[in-house]
Amino acid sequence: MAGELYNKPILFAVVATVVILIGTLVTMFYPMMRQEMHPKLDNLKPYTALQLAGKDIYQREGCNNCHTQTVRPLKTEVIRYGDYSKAGEFAYDRPFLWGSKRTGPDLARIGGKYPDAWHYAHHENPQSMFPKSNMPKYAFLKKAMVDPPAIEAHMKANDFPYTAADISALAGKTEMDALVAYLQSVGTAVKKKASRVVAEAGARQHEKNPLAGDAKAIALGKTLFAENCEACHGANGQGGIGPSLADDVFFGVKGDVADDDYFEVINNGIEPGMVEEGRVAKDTMPEFKALGKDKIWSLVAYIRSVQGK
Amino acid sequence: MNEYQYDHQTVKGFILSSIFWGVVGIVIGLWISIQMWNADWNIAPYFTFGRLRVVHTNGLAFGLGVGAIFGIFYYIVMRLTKRPLLFPKLARVHLWVFNAAIALAALSLFAGMNQSLEYAELEWPLDIGIVILWVMFAVNIFGTVIKRKEEQMYISLWYIIATVVAVAVLYIVNNLSIPAGLTKSYSVFAGVNSANVEWWYGHNAVGFVFTTPILAMFYYFLPKSTGLPIYSHRLSIIAFWSLIFGYLWTGAHHLVYTPLPDWIQTTAIVFTIFLIAPSWGSVVNGYYTVGSDWSKMQSQYLTKFFIWGITFYGLQTVQGPTQALRVVSSLIHYTDWVPGHVHMGTMGWVTMTTAASMYYIIPKIYNTEIYSVKAANTHFWLVLVGQLMFSVTMWITGIQQGALWKATNADGSLKYTFYETLIKNYPFWRLRTLAGVIFTVGMLFFIYNILMTIRKGSILAASKA
Ligand code: HEC
Ligand code: HEC
Ligand code: HEM
Ligand code: HEM
Repeated sequence: MAGELYNKPILFAVVATVVILIGTLVTMFYPMMRQEMHPKLDNLKPYTALQLAGKDIYQREGCNNCHTQTVRPLKTEVIRYGDYSKAGEFAYDRPFLWGSKRTGPDLARIGGKYPDAWHYAHHENPQSMFPKSNMPKYAFLKKAMVDPPAIEAHMKANDFPYTAADISALAGKTEMDALVAYLQSVGTAVKKKASRVVAEAGARQHEKNPLAGDAKAIALGKTLFAENCEACHGANGQGGIGPSLADDVFFGVKGDVADDDYFEVINNGIEPGMVEEGRVAKDTMPEFKALGKDKIWSLVAYIRSVQGK
Repeated sequence: MNEYQYDHQTVKGFILSSIFWGVVGIVIGLWISIQMWNADWNIAPYFTFGRLRVVHTNGLAFGLGVGAIFGIFYYIVMRLTKRPLLFPKLARVHLWVFNAAIALAALSLFAGMNQSLEYAELEWPLDIGIVILWVMFAVNIFGTVIKRKEEQMYISLWYIIATVVAVAVLYIVNNLSIPAGLTKSYSVFAGVNSANVEWWYGHNAVGFVFTTPILAMFYYFLPKSTGLPIYSHRLSIIAFWSLIFGYLWTGAHHLVYTPLPDWIQTTAIVFTIFLIAPSWGSVVNGYYTVGSDWSKMQSQYLTKFFIWGITFYGLQTVQGPTQALRVVSSLIHYTDWVPGHVHMGTMGWVTMTTAASMYYIIPKIYNTEIYSVKAANTHFWLVLVGQLMFSVTMWITGIQQGALWKATNADGSLKYTFYETLIKNYPFWRLRTLAGVIFTVGMLFFIYNILMTIRKGSILAASKA
């Protein structure tokens, strides 16, 4: 009887289809009926017109062939990239852009990590910051203009809210503007862990740099500076995307601050609104916690040597 | 000359088209392999890594892979049903539509029209074209099988039927989207759910493009080229049904440690381990078939291709389930280990088996012998060395990357910045390009051999006429 199957192509095809559909139903269609597959974080916002245009460019350029957008819940990965990804962060991504290969770093927490100016410079010429990076140069995005009517159609297809003013505001924006706007939104629905100890002016005992003046530490600091800071603060800390570190202006206010204030900003990074010694930051700098204490103190020692202190 | 003549020309057309797209895909493979260690090889905007990589994967999966499947399936179906195709003209139109679709696909990918779904990057107008293409194919396959002149359907026909229905279901579901213009659409699935749908598709695209069709070829051409019958019919039955049953449960092993609900990941991992059994069912069947006379490995040049091909399939199907385990995944996921796995399958199993099938078919069509057995042997050894070198270097880099990403200092801080881990890959990526060149030279021997056989066959036919 079972032998019959192998003489009856139609029956065979039907049976094969049923066999194929069992796993499909259980692992693909059934989950789709469940709420857990459609989660949305409360503060996740639909993309704005400019951000969506940027996401379209991200897809067009195939950035996802080198970059993932999911942080796995593994200790070292959380240290490197930030809080692990939550299911509810991706409700507006059609489709998801998690990727499958990390030729470049994960971008799930890229939003707010760098100032806009950094992204412009990096996309234009990644090798100017990382000489051996294999990321392609995307300078052409600075010359290409976004197409407002097309973006309006894309907003409609996604059912995202927008106003006519949003669309007319797109005129004159470049594709680079759009891409950077998108990147700055990625992963921001999850609040950064508030691990900051915000130091009020004079409110606490200052910790001295244990490596202050140490020649070896200064040499190490110089190397670390070239690798991690130069792209923003210039070759000798004279300034660029980020401010000069050689002067005695800190967060735009004249007057020096203590060693451990330096440690604090390098360790935790900077975000707009952050307060240090009563001064308010306006811009963004990535955190360098991953370097560890000794290397950060070495950087502080180096910065002090540049300042001639 | 005979009733098969016209259909054989179609088969030959598909084989040559497949080879042509294979060359395009492989050249781009070499190109992106260089871009990975030297960014100066990017030519913005059309030829940057992000755009070229998908031309490589699509060109080879759909141009080389599916092109070969179309041609070789038509051939196998005619043999196993003992009749010409039911709709010969349709098959010829199918050939031209296929080439037009692949050409448009390549152009659209260069232009950046990309749905960002792995192995389903093509935008919706092309998706519709591909569905039409598949229907044309299915109609001919089913029509010819239904009107067959041989009562029993041989093993290869089971795999062919499974391929035809599964690809249709997979492709249509995963590509459902809302168009927002002629060249842009948004998936109907969003977020976590879209990830689950995509990898249900993605894994089974591998399953029903790079596995079941290749097994159909294997089960047909291994006995044909050795003259030895398949070792166990019963084993074939068990392996077939359990393979097509198991495959569809496993997509989420591509999403280990992502926000996808754990129960889906775990279910996938369990079924993934189960898949070793049906996979090795076919491997064992192949070994025992030739086991009755191992001298065929020497006397019959094609036997080598099939036996080494199934060996790489066997290795893939042990490596794959291992990769799905959470501990292993945490180390090798997102690293170069995965391209190492991929190319053992694509270069070792898929390309070797399809090339050998073409070596068998082309002389048969012309009623002659292969142009040069020696060139075929050179081809074999070069692709073998190229592939092994490719995979081994990528496994080493992959483990290194995974380990460096995880490495910490005594105080818990990370030992390496991402950039430092990147640069350490470059020596291996250079070696990979060299491996690719060796593989490519091997493929050139293959192409030369096929073209010369066709030439020889045409002259022979002309002299008889
Ligand atoms: C060939 C692979 C490749 C492609 C394609 C690529 N990148 Fe990169 N990307 C890298 C590598 C490697 C780095 C790390 C070195 C560097 O910063 O240049 C990087 C770094 C980055 C960073 C900084 C991440 C961080 O946390 O420091 C951003 C942002 C970025 N890429 C965005 C993009 C965007 C957007 C695209 C598409 C337009 C893109 N990349 C395409 C390889 C790639
Ligand atoms: C992506 C660019 C970027 C990188 C990389 C970067 N910084 Fe900054 N940094 C900034 C910006 C922008 C500010 C100004 C923040 C503000 O004042 O709002 C800043 C401020 C600072 C300050 C506060 C001093 C002042 O004058 O305001 C210190 C100290 C500092 N950075 C040190 C470092 C060190 C050390 C590194 C390398 C480990 C580094 N930065 C890497 C962008 C960067
Ligand atoms: C000269 C031979 C080849 C070279 C140099 C080559 C090179 C490459 C490179 C550099 C990548 C990208 C890897 C990465 O992003 O890290 C890649 C990916 C890929 N290649 Fe090839 N390739 C070759 C042959 C083939 C063949 C013959 C096939 C298929 C029949 C194939 C199928 C694929 C697939 C499916 C991927 C995607 C892998 C993934 O997503 O993990 N390649 N190849
Ligand atoms: C039982 C058999 C197999 C199993 C269980 C298996 C399992 C896996 C797993 C778990 C991954 C994901 C790795 C990761 O990203 O961490 C993977 C990737 C892949 N495998 Fe296999 N594999 C099998 C056989 C094959 C075969 C025969 C091929 C043929 C070419 C193949 C081609 C691929 C491709 C192309 C990818 C890359 C997908 C991507 O990320 O783009 N696999 N496989």
